Amino acid sequence: MHPVRKQRLYLVVFLVFFSSAAIALVAYALRGNINLFYPPAEVAAGLAPVGQSIRVGGMVVEDSIIRSPDSLETRFEVTDFEAVVPVVYVGILPDLFGEGQGAVAAGRLDENGVLQASEVLAKHDENYMPPEVAEALAASKARMQEQAP
Amino acid sequence: MWSFFHKLGSPPWLYRISGSILRWLLPLTLLALVAGSVWGLLFTAPDFRQGNSYRIIYIHVPAAVVALAGYYVMAIAGAVSLIWRMKMADIAMRACAPIGAALTFVALVTGSIWGKPTWGTWWVWDARITSMLILLFLYLGVVALYEAYENKALAAKACAVLSLVGTVNIPIIYKSVDWWYSLHQPASIKFTGGSTIDPSMLYPLLFMIVTFYALFTCSLLLNMRAEILQREARTGWVRRLAGEREPG
Repeated sequence: MHPVRKQRLYLVVFLVFFSSAAIALVAYALRGNINLFYPPAEVAAGLAPVGQSIRVGGMVVEDSIIRSPDSLETRFEVTDFEAVVPVVYVGILPDLFGEGQGAVAAGRLDENGVLQASEVLAKHDENYMPPEVAEALAASKARMQEQAP
Repeated sequence: MWSFFHKLGSPPWLYRISGSILRWLLPLTLLALVAGSVWGLLFTAPDFRQGNSYRIIYIHVPAAVVALAGYYVMAIAGAVSLIWRMKMADIAMRACAPIGAALTFVALVTGSIWGKPTWGTWWVWDARITSMLILLFLYLGVVALYEAYENKALAAKACAVLSLVGTVNIPIIYKSVDWWYSLHQPASIKFTGGSTIDPSMLYPLLFMIVTFYALFTCSLLLNMRAEILQREARTGWVRRLAGEREPG
């Protein structure tokens, strides 16, 4: 390779390497801020600010959804299987919101550690399958559980 | 190998060979685009949780995948143009930018339309979506930067540097859902290990991804041909070409 071209090649490699390193350092410094939400474990550990607008995300705990009979108020709990954060929300929930599903709630933590949510988003996972396959999976899982004990 | 590389640098050769590729690739791609859309939209089962709304995946994922891959094509063309000062590499780099911008825009818009019924919001400043928006600005930045210079050799150099620096964003987009807590779900198709999407839904998706790659190739060649004709307008071979097609 011609020495001038070789020099330009080194320049290109240098450019890509050092710009990547610079961005990596920035991303590392901002890693807490890039996260969209706090997991409940961090809220329980007191890492999330009280009284400020934050987001908390995790799984909606089974049998935790309590809908108010006379208003749009809904109470539920989100968990990351380490800690639980109770959430109160008044408004319309997304279609995919449900027990055992992922959700991200935005709002403020009050003194009792309850998240007063102003917005609730449903988080879906990366699994896609036809309903028949989902039913078959659930059935075989149930069979396995019967056989296990 | 080197003779092929040198031929690539020759505008009349590239113009001729791209013409014969496009003659069969373009109709095939358009046919596959229609066939893949019909397959994905009509002949696959609805999802067990999202119902029919997941079907937008057949546009959203291919557009996003090819928008990322197209950026590497642009950056590599930029590196070749910086190192070897090849005119055809400039043209390839410049031709990639508007196509990549269009694909990124499609991915963002379809993602937004998909987000409303599933997540409950049109937009959220999550790591995946924000880094994808940065990709759109990078593509548009290359287009704008190229137009900002009178001297085209200088423009090519500046654009090549911008596209090379921007490559750092591509692994960030790809890994953002694993590195940070985000609303966007992790990837369903993995390079290693099994996919978390049922095979009956996966095949039309892979088909659409391949089709979008072909669509990118066709658009790239069409853009490059137009640019070659414009730049070489005064040369003998373009005049002869024009003379043959417009007699008199």
